[in-house]
Amino acid sequence: MDTEKRTQHLAERLGYIRDVFGGKHNENIALLESKLQELNLRLSEGSISDENAALTTLEDLFDFVERKLEAELTPMDKVRIVRHPQRICLRDILENVYDNYTEIGGKDEHSIDPSMLIARAYITRRSGKKTINQPVLVIGQEKGHGEEFRNGGSVKPWGNAKALQYMKVAETEGIPIHTYVFTPGSYPVEDYPGAAQQIARNLYEMAGLRVPVIAVFSEGGSGGAEAIGLSDRRLMLSHGYYSVISPEGAAAIEGRLRHGQRAAPELIEKCAQQLRITAEDNLRMGYIDHVVTEPPLGARPYHYDFFRGLRQEIIRATDEVILGVKGFAPFRAMVLRRRRGKAETMDLDNMYVRWSLSSAAKDRLVARRHRKFNRLARNAARDRRPVLRKLSNMGWDAWWDIYSYFKYDLLRKHQQKIAYLVEEVEAEAQVLMEKVAAPWRKITCALPGGACQSSEQTERELTALSDWDEEGQRNGNWSYVSPRAKEDRAITCPNAGSHGCLDLWAPDLFGEFAGVCTYCGHHFPMEYQWYLHNVFDEGSIFEFNAEIEAGNPLGFEGFDVKLEQAKKQTGLKSGCVTFEARIDNVKLVVAMLVAPFRGGSVGAAEGEKFVQAAERAKKKRYPFLAYVHGTAGIRIQEGTNGVIQMPRCTMAVRRYIEAGGLYLVLYDTNSYAGPLASFLGCSPYQFSIRSANIGFAGPGVIKETTGVDIPPDYHRAYRALSRGHIQGIWDRRDARMNLKQALLTMGGRNLYYR
Amino acid sequence: MFDITQLLDEIKASPYEEIVVTAPHTGVVTFTDVREGARVIGPSGTWKEKKGTLLATIERERNQKPIHAVEKGEVKEVLRHLEGAFVEAGTPLVRLRHFLSKDEVLAIILKKALHLFVAPERAKYYFAPDVDKKVKASGASSVSLHEGMDLFIMSRMKREASLAYSGPSGVIYAVYFQHNENVDAGQPLIGVCPPDQLSLIEDVVARVQTEWEERE
Repeated sequence: MDTEKRTQHLAERLGYIRDVFGGKHNENIALLESKLQELNLRLSEGSISDENAALTTLEDLFDFVERKLEAELTPMDKVRIVRHPQRICLRDILENVYDNYTEIGGKDEHSIDPSMLIARAYITRRSGKKTINQPVLVIGQEKGHGEEFRNGGSVKPWGNAKALQYMKVAETEGIPIHTYVFTPGSYPVEDYPGAAQQIARNLYEMAGLRVPVIAVFSEGGSGGAEAIGLSDRRLMLSHGYYSVISPEGAAAIEGRLRHGQRAAPELIEKCAQQLRITAEDNLRMGYIDHVVTEPPLGARPYHYDFFRGLRQEIIRATDEVILGVKGFAPFRAMVLRRRRGKAETMDLDNMYVRWSLSSAAKDRLVARRHRKFNRLARNAARDRRPVLRKLSNMGWDAWWDIYSYFKYDLLRKHQQKIAYLVEEVEAEAQVLMEKVAAPWRKITCALPGGACQSSEQTERELTALSDWDEEGQRNGNWSYVSPRAKEDRAITCPNAGSHGCLDLWAPDLFGEFAGVCTYCGHHFPMEYQWYLHNVFDEGSIFEFNAEIEAGNPLGFEGFDVKLEQAKKQTGLKSGCVTFEARIDNVKLVVAMLVAPFRGGSVGAAEGEKFVQAAERAKKKRYPFLAYVHGTAGIRIQEGTNGVIQMPRCTMAVRRYIEAGGLYLVLYDTNSYAGPLASFLGCSPYQFSIRSANIGFAGPGVIKETTGVDIPPDYHRAYRALSRGHIQGIWDRRDARMNLKQALLTMGGRNLYYR
Repeated sequence: MFDITQLLDEIKASPYEEIVVTAPHTGVVTFTDVREGARVIGPSGTWKEKKGTLLATIERERNQKPIHAVEKGEVKEVLRHLEGAFVEAGTPLVRLRHFLSKDEVLAIILKKALHLFVAPERAKYYFAPDVDKKVKASGASSVSLHEGMDLFIMSRMKREASLAYSGPSGVIYAVYFQHNENVDAGQPLIGVCPPDQLSLIEDVVARVQTEWEERE
């Protein structure tokens, strides 16, 4: 290699080190810099006899320093590594790991979303003398070494939609999917298909994808990562990060910063430390299956050995998944079991595993994926149930399984057959009777005072206007009255300026009017207790799993105190309350996210309770309502323990829906971020009370990440309805009636009352 | 026939508009520490979502309601003697002096000088074909109008009807509607002036554009 190229390369390495450490380890950098300058000087003077030797010496020095600094990397340094333009990106992987690839649906900036890259690729393997090309679909975010139009790997909703489209293609073709996560987070715009809703859709579909999915995480930023990260095997590059939020974002929340104020670097560093975002942390917590070791200070495009290793890991992971659900392959399984770390025993290129599955194996694959995610984060929540209670709960679980099987599966199936038959016969008889009785009816109708003359009552019903149904509104006699109704004061409606609403007296507004402005219908937010008392049948609420408590699994500094405060203030143990209740004697299971408890944020405890509620509803054949009084997103202090609830709960919901249930979501106040982008957003029946704000990111975050000002009503329920995110908007006072209507008319075939 | 230069001089003599901020309803008034001579701003932001300067609050039934400045300008008078007093609705609280901007001055002048032909209903409007040809060839000011002349095609949901001009004869000075966009009922479509005043108006407008000093 010519001298100039090599010195240029060294200069690049130096720049990289400087960028990564951002002002630390200056003495090492200064040393390398002076050595490089000296060499350059001597080269230009021509005073070196053996250029090659001098360059090699300096390269060795670089290697040495890089190895030395490697040991001192902090989590924030790793964040800077993954964001560096010299970091490997998906195109490098396609070039070096796969034997052949074709990009699909876009070339550079000519793509619906250049930050989402999709390619059909080959891996060539040998079996004896035969060479076999194994096709895979590669999906991932492309950062493109700092290309502006790639948006730093921040994928827009339509980019995620494209990814989903091609996952389905892979499913049809029966080829494995390899996803590569290189994203700082999703691009938070609400334009259709909507950031949150599209991620939710991706998660929902990936939960049931009938081909093996292998994910490799380099930069795993929250929702954007989850959009393609739900997989059978999750690998992670050793210098990557996987987190619920960027350290800067966490610092902004921790430091309570507003309107684009910058957090102090120390605070960011500390947050990065506390969020446990590195590969080792995630491996320890179980959210990653295996770490792929990178060269010192992270892989760059010229680290060809690294690509070779990555190729082996990817092949191994795919083989493992396939053989895990396939039938009989003892020797190959043994080769795979010989763990990594030991000297490579066999080049996996020379071993062949057919990457296709039978239908039964596909079922096993999906079931395994569900089990895998269901196990995650179980220990991150504090389960304070006594052992006896746990045992009895398990007993009840088993009993419901058996009971449901006999009552609904076995018995009902036969009952249904008879019922269908009777129905058919009845319908036939009805038509026959109609024909026979027609002449007789004609005669009776012609007589004065005949049966078919319409009464005055029906005439009025058909011609006059109907009355406002006071019955459903209880004439304003609600069984729960907000404490705000006890204050003697007037309240101004926020629409007073545009709608001319007069001031309302608080006892009226929060009492009789149920928090609704009588002039314009504006809904003031109400306490969750209002719904508990006024929507469900009196005294029908039976809470379960109340002992599962929110904890502080990462030991996030100062969070224990905040959590205790929240528990004391609300009297709840977590932000999710799960209970059984009745609406007009229709029994249902409800999971309620409560806004006053840490903003209704979802952590491991909330997720666990949600999953258990979904399981319970599935077992008992009850409809399942997620009533979102309010949620601010995933609880960032729990780090990945929180973010993993997105796929986990979505999978639970999918199991429930596929079992033929009715999954309803009702938004009430502010519903944002992670939960919306997963287990709430995936519901086919999402409704909202008029007071709701629904969106992926708040106005501040949108302004900061996209630079676009958004109108003040951007997140209002009506805008969400226009965008197609929700299916309807309800008046608070009608919530009970509408829910009843929904329970009776919507949802699958396997509800106990159907 | 009025003198347009005289109008401009009048505006120049007192280049502001006085805005009286009144109590929206009965209540006890508390002024903020806004002083005479202080500058205040009106609503701002892309959607006017940020409120103007807080001038006073009025409290009734323990409901504090803020009163904001509606336009930018200078505080001319704060009726301090009302501090803490119970006032009736409509009682003046603060007088603001709002200095006219270029656009506002032009709006005043053109309102007086032009005859505005307004849209009779919400629809899309197009010039009639022969008028359209003329407008495209040599500009809107080349079209001379007279009562009863076929001027527009009014299109509502693809149902079209012709619309005749009514008003004084003259030439088109300004066109206010966009091709292919709906115009609400009562919004002006064109501004018409007598042919002899055309050059004079253009002159005054040019003078305002170049000479008018916008005061904060």
